[in-house]
Amino acid sequence: MTTEQQLDWPSGDVPVLSLDGIGRTYMSGEVEVAALADVHLQVRRGEYVSIVGPSGSGKSTLLNILGLLDRPTAGSYLFEGREVASLNETDRTAVRGRRIGFVFQAFHLLSHRTVVENVTMSMLYTGVSPKERVERARSALRSVGLDHRADFTPTRLSGGERQRVAIARAVVAEPAVLLADEPTGNLDSRTSEAILGLFDQLRAGGLTIVMITHDSSVAQRADRSVRIRDGRLTQVEAA
Amino acid sequence: MMHTSFSWRDLISEAVAGLASRPARTLLTVLGTVLGVAALVATVGIAQTAGNRIVGTFSELEATSVVVSNNRGYYGSGPAPVAFPQDAESRIARLNGVEAVGVMGPVNVNGALVSTVTLDDPTGLNEFQMDVVAASPGLFDAVKGQMRMGRWFDAGHDARADNVVVLGPGAAQKLGVFRVDQQPVVFIGDAPYVVMGVLRDVARQADLLNAIIMPEGTARADYDYVSGTTVQIDVALGASQLIGKQAPIALNPDDPGTYRVRVPPAPDALRNSVEGDVNSLFLILGGVSLLVGAIGIANVTLVSVLERVGEIGLRRAVGARRRHIASQFLLESTAMGLVGGVIGATVGILVVVGLAASRQWTPVLSMWIPVGAPLLGGMTGLIAGIYPSLRASALEPVDALRSGT
Repeated sequence: MTTEQQLDWPSGDVPVLSLDGIGRTYMSGEVEVAALADVHLQVRRGEYVSIVGPSGSGKSTLLNILGLLDRPTAGSYLFEGREVASLNETDRTAVRGRRIGFVFQAFHLLSHRTVVENVTMSMLYTGVSPKERVERARSALRSVGLDHRADFTPTRLSGGERQRVAIARAVVAEPAVLLADEPTGNLDSRTSEAILGLFDQLRAGGLTIVMITHDSSVAQRADRSVRIRDGRLTQVEAA
Repeated sequence: MMHTSFSWRDLISEAVAGLASRPARTLLTVLGTVLGVAALVATVGIAQTAGNRIVGTFSELEATSVVVSNNRGYYGSGPAPVAFPQDAESRIARLNGVEAVGVMGPVNVNGALVSTVTLDDPTGLNEFQMDVVAASPGLFDAVKGQMRMGRWFDAGHDARADNVVVLGPGAAQKLGVFRVDQQPVVFIGDAPYVVMGVLRDVARQADLLNAIIMPEGTARADYDYVSGTTVQIDVALGASQLIGKQAPIALNPDDPGTYRVRVPPAPDALRNSVEGDVNSLFLILGGVSLLVGAIGIANVTLVSVLERVGEIGLRRAVGARRRHIASQFLLESTAMGLVGGVIGATVGILVVVGLAASRQWTPVLSMWIPVGAPLLGGMTGLIAGIYPSLRASALEPVDALRSGT
């Protein structure tokens, strides 16, 4: 498939993510370890997909490749119809910064900055004016129910509130896809439920979500769930 | 897709926020540069102030003295001396910038001994071989002389060739002349001379202190004195170079080069040599403390990079390029250096001013120091930040995010 000539923003029914034969091997000393092998996955616009697997199954590697944080060693990755597996660092950073939102298990909030500053962070490098950044950040915080915490520092927030700030940060730049890596991993079951409810809400709003988890009950909240084991997607099931 | 960008405004506000989020550490880090820059500024400032001071004290005496002499070479190797004109004093006094001028020269008394009373005292010596010097009336001011008693002869004594002398303090002591109100007499050979004064001190031409000084007119009349050998000129501050050029021309327009002229060294040369001595040692000290400051900044920035790996990962995830990460850390370290430079320059200048005030000196500082010192601090921070910034930008986003916040 030649992809170089494709448009930046193809319209129509092009999948947001399309992995074709993706592999990722690491050199561990002299030994080559395959973290991912021959992965095929398509995620359509507006879909909510969970990738479930035990630790060491390669799901973090898969998320890193999906998020353009890491390069695959084999295969083709079309992001919104554009080949990104072979992009240089600068172009990958541009796609990552403009089109992908991240939610991490560890939140990755800057503890010395206020909540609203943390949210504006995801628009810092994409040419949004400072004034508009703050406006959009406050509106995103409102949508996750945290506008009253905007000027707190994250150290004064509960775990669930922190993750909601992280979600606000991920969606405020209007990404094509939200990648969530164990978003409920550090939260108790009640708070987890609230976060998953927020995901349902974002899904209903048309956001494409890919969530990685080791917890099948969490995974079942998605439209469909993909199981990963030993670096292979072994099972695709309808939710 | 359009590349991600990082505006200057955002870069600066992020760097400031990064520094402000750890104020105590930032201040402690800055302290090293403060000390280094302050040491450098104070060193240079004190050297300049002291140099100016030393030149100032020299110039009171040295920088205002011009001496013209007509004996060429110490051993008479040159051609025969050319006599000064008899009106040398008035010729020189006319020059602009001359404060006082006087002519002096040795008088050949043909080995005559000097005594006060003819007294045969087998146990003590009462006849002495002493230097007899002829001087013009203006010499007293030209050598900045002070009288212990009596007075210096004037133009009248000179014109009438009166038999009067003034004694240097050494000569007076030797001859036992302790008061002049009863007009004591000294004998040069058999010729009597009235002592009309005794010097206390002279600032120049210390030979006078042990000599018997008579008016030039008297020396011409009584001995075959032709001309002085030395014209001592006291000039206004800053006029020495000019008078040094003009005086020989005024004295002998036909052949000004016949005289030797001694002028003080140009003030700049003197100041430079003084500053050079003081500076080199302390500049090394200041440089070392600045180096220590730079290592401190590098160290803390490096620690800061390691601590903020999670932040770096996050920034990469939201679109920061390697150069954006590097520029942020580089700006943070440069800002620390710059702030250290500003504070250090301030402290250094205060030290210089304080020291000068305590000694009642005039503080002297080159213009480039208040401007250059902060820049030096900034450069220090910039250089110190290079390695940590490269480390930060070299982090792979995957690794950075894995490490947690």
